[in-house]
Amino acid sequence: MAQVTLDRVRKTYPNGFEAVQPCSVKIPDGELVVLVGPSGCGKSTLLRMIAGLEDITDGALSIGTDVVNDKDPADRNIAMVFQNYALYPHMSVAKNMGYGLKNRGASKAEIDAKVQEAARILNLGDYLDRRPSQLSGGQRQRVAMGRAIVRDPELFLFDEPLSNLDAKLRNQMRIEIRALQQRLGVTSVYVTHDQVEAMTMADRIIVLNAGRVEQIGTPTEIYEYPASTFVAGFMGAPPMNLLTAQIFEGALKLNEDTVLPITAPAGMGHKVLVGLRPEDVRLGGDGSVLFNVEIVEELGANRLLHGKLGGQDFSLSVGKDEAARTGVQPITLPVARVHFFDPDRGTRI
Amino acid sequence: MKRAGFTTVWLPIALLLPQLMIIAIFFYWPAAWAVQSSFYLQDPFGFGSTFVGVENYTDLMTNTEYGKVARFTLIYTALVTFFSLSIALLLAVKADKVIKGAKSYRTLLMWVYAIAPPVAGFLGLMFFDQRNGPMTEMFQTLGWDFRLGADYNSTATAMVIVAVWKQIPVNFIFFLSGLQSIPKSVREAALIDNRSASGRFWDVTFPLLAPTAFFLLIINITYALFDTFGIIDTLVRSEPGNNPVTLVYKVFVDGFRGNDLGGSSAQSVILMVLVLLLTVFQFRLIERRIHYT
Ligand SMILES: Nc1ncnc2c1ncn2[C@@H]1O[C@H](COP(=O)(O)OP(=O)(O)O)[C@@H](O)[C@H]1O
Ligand SMILES: [Mg+2]
Repeated sequence: MAQVTLDRVRKTYPNGFEAVQPCSVKIPDGELVVLVGPSGCGKSTLLRMIAGLEDITDGALSIGTDVVNDKDPADRNIAMVFQNYALYPHMSVAKNMGYGLKNRGASKAEIDAKVQEAARILNLGDYLDRRPSQLSGGQRQRVAMGRAIVRDPELFLFDEPLSNLDAKLRNQMRIEIRALQQRLGVTSVYVTHDQVEAMTMADRIIVLNAGRVEQIGTPTEIYEYPASTFVAGFMGAPPMNLLTAQIFEGALKLNEDTVLPITAPAGMGHKVLVGLRPEDVRLGGDGSVLFNVEIVEELGANRLLHGKLGGQDFSLSVGKDEAARTGVQPITLPVARVHFFDPDRGTRI
Repeated sequence: MKRAGFTTVWLPIALLLPQLMIIAIFFYWPAAWAVQSSFYLQDPFGFGSTFVGVENYTDLMTNTEYGKVARFTLIYTALVTFFSLSIALLLAVKADKVIKGAKSYRTLLMWVYAIAPPVAGFLGLMFFDQRNGPMTEMFQTLGWDFRLGADYNSTATAMVIVAVWKQIPVNFIFFLSGLQSIPKSVREAALIDNRSASGRFWDVTFPLLAPTAFFLLIINITYALFDTFGIIDTLVRSEPGNNPVTLVYKVFVDGFRGNDLGGSSAQSVILMVLVLLLTVFQFRLIERRIHYT
């Protein structure tokens, strides 16, 4: 087990494309850190640099106390779970799991014991002699997990390990992986584009956007205090409402008719972005703010109301017991839970 | 899986007919004719033939000349197959690592494939020419009095080298595409699991290439046995004399030079049986062992 430190780690591909801008992160021992961001933002590149599968252009990467920039992947004491599992098709499940240990000179008895133990934890006992092609997607996923834990690594790396599974299995494996990681206490870096996975699994989340770190924080911090409009829009479903407001004599005006009953932040020019989470807004009120509901989206546990507020797109979420209808109706804004962002740079104010 | 079907029986038969006719005329008919004539002794001047039963076969089995040619064919086939497979694999593994210029590299190697066997043999003649062939000179510098067409071992060496050279491109292309069809992530997983490059090759890459390698093994054996006829004919200058020849070449020499059609037919039948066995072996093994997905 070890802490992982990235010190201004940067990646430029040979074609000159800068996939990861200088990135400094300290991952404490035993934590599960989720790298989240849209497709193509550089998550895999960053993870593969940690694994040693991709050269680090600049900066220093340490696992434990050693700088490992120049170490081969096999010498970094890591284990990786790939998106397509990357099992060896010609080896049995047991051989797949034991291959790494065998190459580090473990005895046959030791390998057997560890493979059996992993198979027990992952419910793979009946499949040890099968080839990967004879397993279902979920079982292959477990074998990939088994291959990782058998090695007893200092660091687990996961690259979208659940994205090839169906929704139900994905939810189940998400919980299992999290539980396993906590039990083993192995430092882990987990890559996903799914914000639900990020929120539910992470001790700490790193939000990446176009090769740049947008924010690092616990799931609560990220959700409650998004550092930018990008994070505000990416984390949380449905995403946060972002309304462009004119500041006029200390009041926030959406248009001629709609003035928000919210105090404008001090020291701003004449424009600001107002962020409101859909679940923080309530139906009903004194009629000072009117929401024109156009669509009601039924989600079972709750309903989403989509429409226009002061001419801008707006959504709010109500519980399943509340009546919901289309048409103009009063709403109440959460004065204590308003987020402000700089309209030009998108940063939090 | 979805199965498409024809509504009438006549359409599929009509579509198959040309192919079936070609097989019948150019394969089954001559094959049947060879089997039949292998039981007869032909008059060398073409005046009829006598039924002799299996005598043509028993003659072959006791003929020391035939045994010698069979032994040479075995060694020749083994050498050609081994070297053309292993050199091609080595080249493919190296080419697989190259990203820049990979295409032109492949095209260059592929050109050799387009050369007809007799032309390859002719190129061989130039390389191994007694007076100014570069290969002859090289062997002579190494202290070997190399004499193509006059010395048994010299001719055999030249035959193997030219046949190997001619076959490498085919093997290379298959090995390269086999290598490139191994998922990148599987190789990366191996990179994390094993620090030794040769260990990764033998534990992961090579087994995943095995289906390709096995297919090529059969193709190469068949090639060395049959398709090197043109090369051999050119290199021995149609004068077998005391030069080594393979079984297929002997069929031709005995049948068309020696006018022993019966004996030559018996040899053909033996070769047909050999091919049949190879094919059965190939399908059995491919179905049984070397299939992962
Ligand atoms: N070998 C490469 N050469 C050039 N650009 C690459 C290479 N690999 C990835 N990229 C680019 O780098 C960016 C980040 O890729 P990646 O890390 O795979 O994204 P993610 O995993 O977040 O979807 C993408 O824009 C991708 O096109
Ligand atoms: Mg990726």
